[in-house]
Amino acid sequence: MNSGGPTNTGGLFVTTPSDREIVMTRVFRAPRRLVFDAWTKPELIKRWLLGPPGWAMPVCEIDLRVGGAYRFEWLGQDGTVMGMGGIYREIVIPERIVNTQLFDEDWTGGETLGTLLFVEQDGKTTLTNKVLYSSREARDGALRTNMADGVEAGYARLDEILKSMA
Amino acid sequence: MFRDAMMETTFRALAEPNRFQIVELLRGGPQPVGEMVDQLGLRQPQVSKHLRVLSEAGLVDVRIDAQRRIYALRPAPLQELEVWLERYRRIWEGNFQRLDAVLEELKAGEANAKKKRRSRSNR
Repeated sequence: MNSGGPTNTGGLFVTTPSDREIVMTRVFRAPRRLVFDAWTKPELIKRWLLGPPGWAMPVCEIDLRVGGAYRFEWLGQDGTVMGMGGIYREIVIPERIVNTQLFDEDWTGGETLGTLLFVEQDGKTTLTNKVLYSSREARDGALRTNMADGVEAGYARLDEILKSMA
Repeated sequence: MFRDAMMETTFRALAEPNRFQIVELLRGGPQPVGEMVDQLGLRQPQVSKHLRVLSEAGLVDVRIDAQRRIYALRPAPLQELEVWLERYRRIWEGNFQRLDAVLEELKAGEANAKKKRRSRSNR
């Protein structure tokens, strides 16, 4: 269930290396300690991790240590609140963060595991954001998990389909 | 993040590898069930079952032609998926462009701090 080649849109690559993962890659023109800061300091995160136009991020709480929790909340213009949170499993400053992720509305079929990798070369940082969906057993156990399965498998296949529809 | 629940049916239908194969086959043009059975190496009941799911998801249409059931792809749900994926990408690229701006500011802040330190030590 792997995708073909990566898809590049405006410097953003989205790939599906296995049937449980979605991986995003993007290069930033800054040393990785700065990119790491921008991904881990609430006052910086609140300025960019906003989603579609019109959304704000009133809540961004981070306890950056192994076992520490984080909590993000977004607020839409119509008053909709969307929240997620989790626990940090691994922290290697400024290289790597592993955390659990669970949306309040749990559309991912249970908790997912996120891995952020920061690799620096020539003053630029390649960021890899990997999301690993819950185990096959968990997926089989819960109906709603089919949704996440579908989302990632959909990704794997969309590029091929879209090519043919162009 | 921010995904649209409306895409669920289409995603779910395409998530099954054999069903995806069927969609791939139909990209080449409408086909009778019998030919798909041959090409997929599946048994007819399995193929029919998958076609039923695809049909319920609105991904395929069927017409009867001289007692053969001929299936064809319906582009609408796939175009909706395209719109959804494009929005997902745009959302993340929007996030990352804002992050680019934050990083430029951090870099400028560091460069200024360095300059100040240098001019102080030169004094």
